[in-house]
Amino acid sequence: MTTKSPEATTGQKLIQGVTGPWEIVIGLEVHAQVSSNSKLFSGAATEFGAAPNSQVSLVDAAMPGMLPVINKYCVEQAVRTGLGLEAQINNYSVFDRKNYFYPDLPQGYQISQYLQPIVGEGTVLLDMPDGKTVEIGIERLHLEQDAGKSIHDMHPQHSLVDLNRSGVALMEIVSKPDIRSSEEAGLYVTKLRSILRYLGTCDGNMEQGSMRADVNVSVRRPGEELGTRCEIKNMNSIRFIRAAIEYEARRQVDVIEEGGTITQETLLYDTANGVTRSMRSKEEAHDYRYFPDPDLLPLELDQSWVDEIRLSLPELPDQKKKRFIDDLGLSPYDASVLVADRERAAYFETVAEGRDGKLASNWVTSDLFGALKKSNLDVTESPVSAEALGRLIDLISDNTISGKIAKQVFEIMFAEGGEAADIVEARGLRQVTDSGAIEAVVDDIIAANPEKAAEVATKPKALGWFVGQVMKATQGKANPQAVNEILKKKLGG
Amino acid sequence: MSQLTDMTLAQMRDGLRAKTFSAHDLAEAHLTEMEASRILNAFLVETGDKALAMARESDKHLEAGTARPLEGIPLGIKDLFCVKDVPTTAGSHILEGFSPPYESTVTQNLWHDGAVCLGKLNMDEFAMGSSNETSYFGPVKNPWRRAGSNQDLVPGGSSGGSAAAVAAKLVPGATGTDTGGSIRQPAAVTGIVGVKPTYGRCSRWGVVAFASSLDQAGPLARTVQDCAIMLKSMAGHDPKDSTSLKVDVPDFEAAMTGDVKGLRIGVPKEYRVDNMPEEIDALWQQGIEWLKAAGAEIVDVTLPHTKYALPAYYIVAPAEASSNLARYDGVRYGLREAGTDITELYENSRAAGFGHEVQRRVMIGTYVLSAGYYDAYYLQAQKVRTLIKRDFDEAWATCDAILTPTTPGPAFAIGEKADDPLEMYLNDIFTVTANMSGLPAISIPGGVTKDGLPLGLQLIGKALDEETLFRVGGVIEEAAQFTAQPDVWWR
Amino acid sequence: MSVDQDTVRRIAKLSRIAIKEEQVEPMTGELNGILAWVEQLREVNTDGVPPLTSVVEAKLSMREDVITDGGIPKDVTRNAPETEDGFFVVPKVME
Repeated sequence: MTTKSPEATTGQKLIQGVTGPWEIVIGLEVHAQVSSNSKLFSGAATEFGAAPNSQVSLVDAAMPGMLPVINKYCVEQAVRTGLGLEAQINNYSVFDRKNYFYPDLPQGYQISQYLQPIVGEGTVLLDMPDGKTVEIGIERLHLEQDAGKSIHDMHPQHSLVDLNRSGVALMEIVSKPDIRSSEEAGLYVTKLRSILRYLGTCDGNMEQGSMRADVNVSVRRPGEELGTRCEIKNMNSIRFIRAAIEYEARRQVDVIEEGGTITQETLLYDTANGVTRSMRSKEEAHDYRYFPDPDLLPLELDQSWVDEIRLSLPELPDQKKKRFIDDLGLSPYDASVLVADRERAAYFETVAEGRDGKLASNWVTSDLFGALKKSNLDVTESPVSAEALGRLIDLISDNTISGKIAKQVFEIMFAEGGEAADIVEARGLRQVTDSGAIEAVVDDIIAANPEKAAEVATKPKALGWFVGQVMKATQGKANPQAVNEILKKKLGG
Repeated sequence: MSQLTDMTLAQMRDGLRAKTFSAHDLAEAHLTEMEASRILNAFLVETGDKALAMARESDKHLEAGTARPLEGIPLGIKDLFCVKDVPTTAGSHILEGFSPPYESTVTQNLWHDGAVCLGKLNMDEFAMGSSNETSYFGPVKNPWRRAGSNQDLVPGGSSGGSAAAVAAKLVPGATGTDTGGSIRQPAAVTGIVGVKPTYGRCSRWGVVAFASSLDQAGPLARTVQDCAIMLKSMAGHDPKDSTSLKVDVPDFEAAMTGDVKGLRIGVPKEYRVDNMPEEIDALWQQGIEWLKAAGAEIVDVTLPHTKYALPAYYIVAPAEASSNLARYDGVRYGLREAGTDITELYENSRAAGFGHEVQRRVMIGTYVLSAGYYDAYYLQAQKVRTLIKRDFDEAWATCDAILTPTTPGPAFAIGEKADDPLEMYLNDIFTVTANMSGLPAISIPGGVTKDGLPLGLQLIGKALDEETLFRVGGVIEEAAQFTAQPDVWWR
Repeated sequence: MSVDQDTVRRIAKLSRIAIKEEQVEPMTGELNGILAWVEQLREVNTDGVPPLTSVVEAKLSMREDVITDGGIPKDVTRNAPETEDGFFVVPKVME
């Protein structure tokens, strides 16, 4: 079932060039902002959207003599994320300085982890639409500081620098070059974001920049050596990641097929024109001169603390999906849809609590999600609470209303609010199960349609017409099973 | 009032408590001396108003009987320590005009204990130098001169302003920092006492960084006891410095029992370097004799990697400095020289703002960290450092402290060694090992050369065992009876 | 190992220190003097010797995740050569 992507070089992933098929090789470096109150090495706030330089400590501004002190919570979140990615946790890791000059990098170096990161190899599983699972390797995860922000478009001759983001904790999660298509890349980021949200280590908000990706793209003919890669920097939308990969892979194939070679370079994706272009600021070759930060000691973790964190992990999407399939009888597809988002999964689990899992899943995935989508609402904003939906389902199960009536009730609940049982009572939607009452209706309809009644003997399908008529006459409230039995008894068929 | 400035810090403390004079009197006496002695160029900033205001505050405490440990003691502060709202330059043009909105932990500790701030002391630019000649604000002159000579001598460095001010009695004590010998070497060549504590004993927060893994703050004063009093106040764990040690600060003054009977003093043969001046060797021998006479046991120890400490230091320190000094880029503070683009702005600002020695060290540091050279230089140097540290660890099996000379020679003339960086670097040959291994060390005046220039003896101790250094240092001080004084030519 | 003049220009560039053409040759000499001297470290056998990571025998201590700093934009920018609306100002940077 699970296939390692590199071997899974099946036809559909390849792109066609003039000279034949090409394989795309993609690796992602995702920068996920740790959801912490304060920065990685200072006590300044991390909140988004504050006035310029108002969330900056003297440490973040690299004033002379200022020193970093690490935030324990950020370390914990890195460990938590590593555990969630089923990765190696390194109880001994080292912070290094990555030296380069840039106006939004006040120290002239970024504190990062180079040779000895806090988290080593792990895995992310992708659920493909065809039901297959693809495994993407994680190379490493390390903690580092974010840079500040340079604003280039507010002044014709100047760039303006705001250090509010300077020093915010990031987890850089580096994938192996196991990704083979823009679709897989999109699913990878989606899955990673889902895991981070389940863990609560990053809010995954790409619009606000709390999750960004650098995308490495190269192409090769199937089976050949890796090609030269280009790095598309700072992508903050899954849609653009996919589009940029499509464009960049095609560009590289065209260059090679026209006899050119790919130069390793750093690119920006121009969202307005849908093209990648070279970043001027990155043209100069870098020599980062990494060395251990002498202001910090090596980071040593107690195994008991790591174990404690492991015990506190929530059930993650893959585990949840397996449980939904194995214990609740859900289809793999429905299970995937439900677990993709932590809130959706939680909603579903409340609905399914003590009820039929499949019935709950049908209601949540089709009726609820459909209605939410139409109203452009998130599951957390649903006008129908999970508990209320559960009680509606109970009314079906105990034959108070039919499934069809239930859909009516649901629409009312969604539009106007209210409790299912009250709506059923107030609007007289309770199912009619009294066979005497149903028989009276049946008799009236048979009497009014003698020819149709005669047809039933030869054409059993005609019975369906009578069912419809009875349901119509009872405004859908008659118990369909009872109607069927009575009609059969009266008309044969 | 000149007798007020003649006293030791301990005598001032007693006089203040006995109300023989006030803190205000004491501050004024020192401010008068400072003003009269500007030719020494020891102070970069004199904070007279601040000093008098703090002194008045101290007098209230003294009056109320709530005197704190350093109540009313006026001190000079090396310009590497940030003092809130007082210009802090680290001796560099690039920081000219910088006024920190914060107070370094060490100076905060001193003010918290009642000390009075007299001003900021000159130093080698970013503490890179052994003679104070690299200061952008001009060299400091050593109060000492060779007998019968008018030639100006260097006060050592990088804490040259601190050493000169203490030796000339402009201040009873001053803060310094020691990265390769920058407290002990100037203390030795100006005839005073200087202490480099164990790495992590004093917080580095708010001290302009030179080489983070080596920098350590410490006191300079005229007696061992005065240094003990100052260090007690300067030291202590600081949660704002990740390398600050979580240990209690002992009563260093109380450690000076005068008794070294049975203590084992190591004498490392590797410090007997080629071409060691006879006077230095004689002083070392004298030190050994003093301690023997006091009942200490002298043992031969070996520190085989000693000769590699200085070259390893000149890789590690510039490497860290190249990174620490990257923040001086003309964007957030300090000197900015225009450029057509951001890169030119950086290059012009740093070329104009850093002096030649700083530029040279930043470039060496950049080179030894750069791709392809890291392993051969930086990594090898850090491995050698491990070996240096191991040498000491092994030596401690047989001795309690190590005695060496502090410097390979006395103060030299301004300009004498300025052309040859390597010759200048050799000034730190005996002091740098303590920085490379994080150990505490003290320099005590031991005697004078035939020209009448002071020389120092160094004691190196076990990690966090400053108490033994004060104890043994006190005994050497007592034995040496160093009473020589420079002739007052500067006022 | 020794450096040539091109290397000195490259190091100066990496260090962001403008170096005048006439300074290149003397600087090359000075750097080579120092490099030749530190070369003696190569004699030391360091096989199996770990590089020193810290001279102090201590564990990295961590702080709690609470906001204790920031909210001082004026202190942050008060020493800046040029500011505008609370931002630091630099010549325009091309991305």
